[in-house]
Amino acid sequence: MTNSIAEIADADFILTTGTNTTEGHPVIGIQVKKALRNGATLAVIDPRRTEIAELAHYHLQIKSGTDIALLNGLANVIINEGLWNKEFVQERTEDFEAFKEVVAKYTPEYVEEITGVPADTIKEVARGYAKAKKASILYTMGLTQHVCGTHNVFAVANLTMLCGHIGKESSGVNPLRGQNNVQGACDMGALPAFYTAYQPVANEANRAKFAAAWGVEELPSKPGLTVGEIFDQAGKTIKAIYIMGENPVLSDPDANHVIHALESLDFLVVQDIFLTETAQLADVVLPAASFAEKDGTFSNTERRVQLVRKAIEPIGQAKPDCEIICLIATAMGYPMRYNSPAEIFDEMAKLTPSYAGISHKRLEQEGGLQWPCPTPDHPGTKFLHAGKFARGLGKFHAVEHIPPAEMPDEEYPFVLSTGRRRYHYHTGTMTHRTGALEVFYPTEFLEISCEDAEKLGICDGDILRVSSRRGTVEVAAKITDRVVPGLVFTSFQYPDVPINKLTNPVRCPIAKIPEYKVCAVKIEKVS
Amino acid sequence: MTTVTLTIDGIQVTVPKGTTVLEAAESVGIFIPTFCHDPELSKPGACRICVVEIPGARNLPAACVTEATEGMVVYTASEAVIEARKTNLELLLANHPEDCLTCHKNGDCRLQEYAYFYGVKAEAFSGEKHDYPVEEDNPFIVRDMNKCILCGKCVRVCQEIQGNNVLDFAFRGFSAVVTPAMNTTLSDTDISNCVFCGNCVAVCPVGALTEKAMIGKGRQWEVKKVKTTCPYCGVGCQFNLNVKDGRVIGVTSADGDVNGRFLCVKGRFGYGFIHHPDRLTTPLIKKDGKFVEASWDEAIALVAEKLGAVKEQYGGEAIGVLSSARCTNEENYLMNKFARAVLGTNSIDHCARL
Amino acid sequence: MANVTLTINGVQVTVPAGTSLLDAATGAGFFIPTLCHDPANPGYGGCRICVVEVKGARALVASCATEAANGMVVETESPAVQEARKTIIELLLANHPTDCLTCEKNGDCRLQDYAYRYGIRKSGFEGERHSYPIDNSNPYITRDLNKCVLCARCVRTCAQVDDRQVLDFAYRGFNTKVAPAMDTSLGESDCVSCGRCVAVCPVGALTFTSLTGKGRTYEFRKETVTCSFCEAGCKFDLNYKGGKVIAVTPNAPGEGRPLCLKGRLGMELRYVDKPVTPMLKKDDKYVEVSWPEALGLEDVLARIKELGE
Repeated sequence: MTNSIAEIADADFILTTGTNTTEGHPVIGIQVKKALRNGATLAVIDPRRTEIAELAHYHLQIKSGTDIALLNGLANVIINEGLWNKEFVQERTEDFEAFKEVVAKYTPEYVEEITGVPADTIKEVARGYAKAKKASILYTMGLTQHVCGTHNVFAVANLTMLCGHIGKESSGVNPLRGQNNVQGACDMGALPAFYTAYQPVANEANRAKFAAAWGVEELPSKPGLTVGEIFDQAGKTIKAIYIMGENPVLSDPDANHVIHALESLDFLVVQDIFLTETAQLADVVLPAASFAEKDGTFSNTERRVQLVRKAIEPIGQAKPDCEIICLIATAMGYPMRYNSPAEIFDEMAKLTPSYAGISHKRLEQEGGLQWPCPTPDHPGTKFLHAGKFARGLGKFHAVEHIPPAEMPDEEYPFVLSTGRRRYHYHTGTMTHRTGALEVFYPTEFLEISCEDAEKLGICDGDILRVSSRRGTVEVAAKITDRVVPGLVFTSFQYPDVPINKLTNPVRCPIAKIPEYKVCAVKIEKVS
Repeated sequence: MTTVTLTIDGIQVTVPKGTTVLEAAESVGIFIPTFCHDPELSKPGACRICVVEIPGARNLPAACVTEATEGMVVYTASEAVIEARKTNLELLLANHPEDCLTCHKNGDCRLQEYAYFYGVKAEAFSGEKHDYPVEEDNPFIVRDMNKCILCGKCVRVCQEIQGNNVLDFAFRGFSAVVTPAMNTTLSDTDISNCVFCGNCVAVCPVGALTEKAMIGKGRQWEVKKVKTTCPYCGVGCQFNLNVKDGRVIGVTSADGDVNGRFLCVKGRFGYGFIHHPDRLTTPLIKKDGKFVEASWDEAIALVAEKLGAVKEQYGGEAIGVLSSARCTNEENYLMNKFARAVLGTNSIDHCARL
Repeated sequence: MANVTLTINGVQVTVPAGTSLLDAATGAGFFIPTLCHDPANPGYGGCRICVVEVKGARALVASCATEAANGMVVETESPAVQEARKTIIELLLANHPTDCLTCEKNGDCRLQDYAYRYGIRKSGFEGERHSYPIDNSNPYITRDLNKCVLCARCVRTCAQVDDRQVLDFAYRGFNTKVAPAMDTSLGESDCVSCGRCVAVCPVGALTFTSLTGKGRTYEFRKETVTCSFCEAGCKFDLNYKGGKVIAVTPNAPGEGRPLCLKGRLGMELRYVDKPVTPMLKKDDKYVEVSWPEALGLEDVLARIKELGE
C-alpha cells in the first residue's frame, strides 16, 4: 500500500477493484465502512455482487477480465472533460502523450460494449474520482490474477497519476495483501531476482555486498525461476525442491500438473505444521512451530513491521523454521547459528536499507514501524511517493485491453472465477482445523446465477460436476444473485473441492501471476 | 483551541472545550465507573452509573454526556453520588444471575468490580428474573441475555465500527432485550447479517457475551496474555493469545496499531489449529512409500545429504526453494540466505501471486 | 527406604513406601482436588473430594488418607470419580452463599475452583441454609461460618499449638459448626490472632479484616518475607496492589513455633503504606494501643530515650 490502513477512513472517494474487502480483509472493510459513514463515495468494480458492492454508490459489474478497458474508459472521460491534474502530470510524470493517445479510443460507449458497464456510470465514477480531494484505490487479486495482471496495475497507476491522487495522505494505490507476511517474504528476498528490499541479484555490486556479508566467495548471478517455472522444470532442470510452509498442490493452478511435477523430483523436503496435500508427496517432512510458538516479525500490507511473540513451547518435537534452516545449513558445511530471531533481524537490517532503522528492541518499545525506516531515529513512513516517485518521474504505461486467455465457448460455456471465503484462509490447512470456523462453514459451494441454474435444471445443494480442459471437481450448487449469468464462482480453500485442478496456469508474462480469475468450464448435474 | 477550567473533587482541571466531565476526570486520574461508555462509540448516556454531583444542576448528571464548562464544580464521590450508584447496582443485580462461581467473566466483569467497590450485595431488591435460554447455537459466541445489563455497547459496536447492524434493542420495559432482527439468533446469518467478528464480545462489560471455546478453559486471573500478530490475512491485526498451562485457550482483543480492539472471525476464533491433533510433532522420512517417524538428527542428515548430492551432481541451480508468506521475516531472510549462499540457487520464490 | 510401584491413570509411578496416593498422583503431575488436606497436617480424610478409584477396592477411596501399595491400579478422573466429586460439590453448594460477586476469596477459593473445573453452576439440591451472623469480634479475623465447608483445617492448625486449641467442632449434623469453647465469639475466646487458621482456610469462611474491601485476590501480588522479630523465622506475605503494600498476611509458621500477632504487626508497621491501628485485648476487650505497646517496646524505647539524655 502506498497509504496506511487508517488513512482509508479519511478518503472522500474510494475506488475498489477486484477486492472482496469485507470478506477477504474484514478489518480493512471496517475502515471502508468508516469512510462511508464519514460521507465518502464508494465505487466497486467487481463481476460479483459482493457485500462491499452492495454498500457501494456505484457497482461497476464488469465482465471478467475487462479491467483495463474500464480503467482506460475512466481516464478517457477525465481527459475529455478536462478533469485531470495538469500540474501533477506536468511535474511528476512522463509519457503522458502516448497514454492519452491510447485511451482516446476508450470512449464510455466503447467501454460499455467491452465491459457491460453503462456509459453514464463510467462518466459519473470518472468525475467523482477526478474531483475528489482524497481518492484511494484498493485492489487485490481480482485485479492481478489475470494474464494481463501487470497491465491492469499499470492502468490503475495511470489513473492515479492522471489525477494526482498519489503521494498524499489518503490518496494512493493500495493493494491489500492476502497473507500475513507476503509483504515481508517479498521484502526479505524470497524472490528469484532479488535480495532483500528488492536489490537485484543481477547487479554485481549487490552480489558482492551479500557475498561478503554471508562469507561466501560468490553468489549465483542469473535470476532464478518463479514458483510456476520451478514446477514446469521439475524433473527436468530442477531435481530437488525444499518447501517451507506452502501448499502448492492446493494453491497453484492446474493441480494435476503440480502433483506430477513434485512426483518427478529426485528429492522433496517439506517443512510445515501439518501434513498438507503437498507434504504427503515429500521424501522428508520436517515439523515446524506455529506462529504461537516463536518470536519474530511479520510485515503487513501497509509495510508495518510488527512483532510476533512466542506464547507457548513448540508442540511435540516441532522447531521454529529458522532453527531448522540453521540445522540444515550447518549439516551442509555452512555453520549457521543465531541466539535469537532478533539477532537474525539485525543481520538482515544491515543489508536492507528500508529496514535499516528497525530492530526488535524498537518494535518492543514503539510498536510497529512502517518501512522505509532507514535510520534508528526515523519514525517510519506513513505513505509513499510524497514529492517524488522511487524512480523519479511517474511513468504512464499506455496499455490496451487484453481479453482473458481462455474465453467461454460452446463446449465450456461458463467463466469460472475463484477467490476466498470469510471463514477460511488460503488452502484451509489451518482454518479447517480450528474447531469453530470449519464447523460453521464446513463445505464449499459453487455460486451460480438463477438464470443458469434454471437453464440447467439445478436446485440449491445439487451436486455439480464442473470441468475445464484440465480437470474436474464435484461441488454443491448455491443459487445466488451474487454472480451474473455465465459466471460461476467458488473458493480454492477446500481440499474436498480442489478447484485448482481446473484453473488455467497461463501467466502474466511480466509478474508470472496465474489467471485464476477467468477460465472456461462446463457444468453438469450429478444428482 | 479554547479551554475551560473546572474543579473536580477539589482539583482544578483545564481541558479543551467540548471535553466531557468523564474525560476531564479521567485526565487527572479520578475514577468514575462506566458501563455504557466507550471512547470509540457514540454516547447514549444510558446506564447512569457515571453520575456525578454538580451543585446547581437539577439532578445528578451523567458524566459521560455532560460537557465540562468554565467554573463548573464537580463531585464524583459525594454521598448522593455513591447512593445513586449503589441503587443503580442493586437494581441491576436484582435481575442478574448470581453466577460468578462459574461465570467466564468472573474477574473481568464491570458489574462485579463495581459491586465489590461499592460493597453492594445482590439481595437488595427481589422481583422477577429473566430466564432466557442461553444462545449457543453457533461455534463462536455464547449470548446469555440473563446477564445482559442493556448497556448497548454491542449494538453500537456492530453499527458504528463493524457496520453490520446485527443487534438492536427489542421489546419494552422489563422485556427489553438485545437481539438480531426478528428476534432470531446470530447463526441465522441470512437474517442476522452476523459475520462473527466477535467485536461485540470484546466490548461487553459483563458475562452476557463470551467466546464459546474459552468457557471452562480457565479463569481470567489464571491466564497469561501474549500480544502478537495475526497469522491470517495481510492486515496485521494484533491480539492477545490467552495462555494457560502452556496451552493457547483463546484470543482476546489487544490494542493493535492497525486494528485497535477489533478483529475478524478468523483472527478471533481461528486459533484452534495450534493444538490440533493433526499437528506434525516429529520428523517423517518416507520409506517404501510410507512415512516413518525419525529423529531430528536422522532427518537433517538425510536432507543435507540429498540436497548436497543434487548440488554436487547438477549444480545449485537444480534446486528450487519455496519460502513462505506465512513465516516470519527472519525465517524468510534465512531461507533467502540459505538458498543463495548455501545451496547456490536463485530459484527461490513463494506464493505472493496466489 | 523401600519403594512401591503402582499405576496411576495408566502411568507407572514409583514412590517411597508410605506415600499417600494423593502425593503419588500429584507428584506424577496429575491433578487431584483437596479441601481438608493440609500438607502440614496430612491424612485427615474428611472432605472426600480427593476420592479416586482403586481397582478392586470396595468403594472410592480418599487419596489423601490411602497409602500407595505395590501393583495398585488407580484412576484419578474416571467417570465414577468425577460423579462423586460433582455430587460433593453440589452438596457443599447446597448450603453455601453464592456471593462470589463480593466475596473476599473470589479468585482464590477452592470451592469455586472445583465448581468451575467440574462445571457445577448451581447446586442440584434444595434445602435449608445456615444464616449465622458474621463474627467480627476479633479485629484481625473475619469469620463467616455460612461459607464454612467444615474441612477442619483451621481446627487442626490451631491444635498444633499446644496452649491454644481454640477451635473445634461443636453440635451435630446440619448444625455442626467450628467454634471456640462454649461457642463464644472469636473475640471472647483465647485466640491470639496469629492468623494461621485464615492462612489455611480453603474458602471464604475466614478472611483477613485488613484486606476487606481492599481488592480482589487476583489484583494482589504476594511477596513472601521472613519475620525478623525472633529467630523462628515465620513467613509472611506482603500483599501488593498497584505497587503499594496493602496488608501483611501470615503465610506459614517457622519450625516448631506458632505465628504470632506481634511479629505480624511488626511486619505491617515496617512494610505497609498505611498500617492498621494496632489493637490488643485488655480485660477481655480489644482496645487501640500505640505501636510501641503493640510491639512490646515501651520499656526499650523509654530506656533508649533515657540514655540519649
